[in-house]
Amino acid sequence: MTPLSAYLLVGALVFAIGLAAALTRRNAILVLIGIELMLNAANLNLIAFWRFGPNPEALIGMMFAIFSIAVAAAEAAVGLGLVIAIYRHYNTTDLDQLNRMKG
Amino acid sequence: MSPVFYLLAAITIAGGLAAVLLKKLVHCALAAAAAFAGLALLFLSLDAQFAGFVQFLVYLGAVAILIVFAILLTRNAEEQDGGLFSRTWFAGLVVAAAVFAVIGWAVLRSGSVLPNQLAVPTATVRDIGVALMGRYVLPLEIVALLLTAATIGAVIVAMHEKEGEQ
Amino acid sequence: MAQNLDQIFVLLTGWMVSYLPEWLRPYGVAVLGVVGVLAVYVTLFALTTWFERKGLGRMQNRYGPNRCGPFGLFQPVADGIKALTKEDLVPRSADQVVHFLAPLVLLIVICMGLAILPVGRNMVLVDMDAGLLFFFALGASTELSVFMAGWSSRNKFSLLGAMRAIAQMISYEVPLLLSAISAVMIAGTLSLPKIVEAQAGFSGILPHWYVFTPWGFAGAVIFGIAAKAETNRCPFDLPEGESELVAGYFTEYSGFKFAIFFIAEYLGMFSISSVSVTLFFGGWGAPLSFLTFIPSWIWFFAKVLTIIFVFIWVRATLPRLRQDQLMNFAWKFLLPLSLINLGVTALWRFMGDGWQRWIVCAAIVIVSYIVLGLWGMRRQHVAPRKYSYAD
Repeated sequence: MTPLSAYLLVGALVFAIGLAAALTRRNAILVLIGIELMLNAANLNLIAFWRFGPNPEALIGMMFAIFSIAVAAAEAAVGLGLVIAIYRHYNTTDLDQLNRMKG
Repeated sequence: MSPVFYLLAAITIAGGLAAVLLKKLVHCALAAAAAFAGLALLFLSLDAQFAGFVQFLVYLGAVAILIVFAILLTRNAEEQDGGLFSRTWFAGLVVAAAVFAVIGWAVLRSGSVLPNQLAVPTATVRDIGVALMGRYVLPLEIVALLLTAATIGAVIVAMHEKEGEQ
Repeated sequence: MAQNLDQIFVLLTGWMVSYLPEWLRPYGVAVLGVVGVLAVYVTLFALTTWFERKGLGRMQNRYGPNRCGPFGLFQPVADGIKALTKEDLVPRSADQVVHFLAPLVLLIVICMGLAILPVGRNMVLVDMDAGLLFFFALGASTELSVFMAGWSSRNKFSLLGAMRAIAQMISYEVPLLLSAISAVMIAGTLSLPKIVEAQAGFSGILPHWYVFTPWGFAGAVIFGIAAKAETNRCPFDLPEGESELVAGYFTEYSGFKFAIFFIAEYLGMFSISSVSVTLFFGGWGAPLSFLTFIPSWIWFFAKVLTIIFVFIWVRATLPRLRQDQLMNFAWKFLLPLSLINLGVTALWRFMGDGWQRWIVCAAIVIVSYIVLGLWGMRRQHVAPRKYSYAD
């Protein structure tokens, strides 16, 4: 197993864990944590490909990772703002109870 | 692979699993923070110093704090009846396992075509700065715009609704 | 001779390591360096607690500690023995694991920050290319351990103190980073030893420190204020305001764990003072050109202790702020001022070497300071206070 495939496997595992969190947990905040874990796993892949791939001096993978971290931060802020707004409205963050389209 | 890699991978995966499985929300958030820290250390082990420190700064300094604040602001959401997992947890688990199986199979099968350049690349902060201000200046500006919009949007979404005021 | 005295610790390390076999030498250098830095900073911590109590006593017209040893010099030792022998109480309802981990995480993170400080010529443990970013990344990680301490105690005072501390640290991190960036812009590097090198040299007898430029002066003042808020020192000690919150987020800690919080607070103060010395006060450089014969590490620690003295002086002089004043000061005064200062720095960088840039930059800094200050202190319409719980 080459180093790159080891890092890719870790990335895949973290991605799967994040996906499981997003799909199985009932709390909306946990779903957001799962999405963050998935984004992070993608970043790990980008950095790993930058490190072991050809042409690292072009910094492409690194730049992708840095921009994706910035986007993930924006996503977390908006997502948690939405969770708080929903909580104010329905007084719950349980996704199984948030199944009405009408407020 | 070095023992350092295995240690960091174990921290990351254990943190991620704990974030999914633990009962208390704050514990989940702290476990997720451990996973973020493990990922940042994995970045450092890949010689990506700048990206690793940025990961530390953004995820442990901002995202983890945001998550715990959100948990405390939605306080009595902790007392949920009917378990931690949704009704369709089994389907979700199957989907996640299937995704992992497919990606893992693809990674393991493509071992021979993956690049394997072992020379340590040098990415000084100066190189990154030059790249950000030169080739990537347009994405940088767009990200700045996105962050501003996201901040304002998050504040407006989370603001108190006016109807309740006396 | 002066050369040897300047490099005495480097030479000493080399001499001690030369007895080791070849393959062990890098590890030997690392271990000696870590032990040396930790020993110096912990000794400094013990001395500073004595110095602070003595200084506060002098400023408040009393004696301060005077029972243990000459001038009460052994007071830190007595305190240490007391902290070690006290019972370690953990509340029964506390979250045991998180409660145990919080002080450890805090201490580890703070001690890691000491590794990048250039304490003298050729005397830095790790010369990282992104050293300053490393320091701020660690500073961001301390917030999480503060939250862990406050939340796990199951005590409303702890939780309130932790929330206050986090809100304050996040707010003041912004001006802290922005004012540090102005020094980085001129030096063109994030590595702390290189920032010190960029400030080396003298014109006449005066050094080229950044604090002697208009933007550098403003940056140093903003950095100092934000550093005081980051380390939760008076007048920004709301997170542990003892008249309001008992002791803030470490109310429920006792014995040695309390001592760890205490040590971490002081080590954090030292590391942030060291960074401000490095960024704006020329690091280990001598203040006047004919004083260069004094070893560099003496200058470094003299400057750090001077800044610590200013911290203590301010603590003895100013009353504690109110929470809304704290937030308004950070967001409405320090943040715009540090943004303007960033612009002034860019102007300074591109205006060439003439005398005009002094006048232009100084004018912008002073005018923005006055305008922002007047705007912040303008007469506001104060509505009668409304207590939502009493309605």
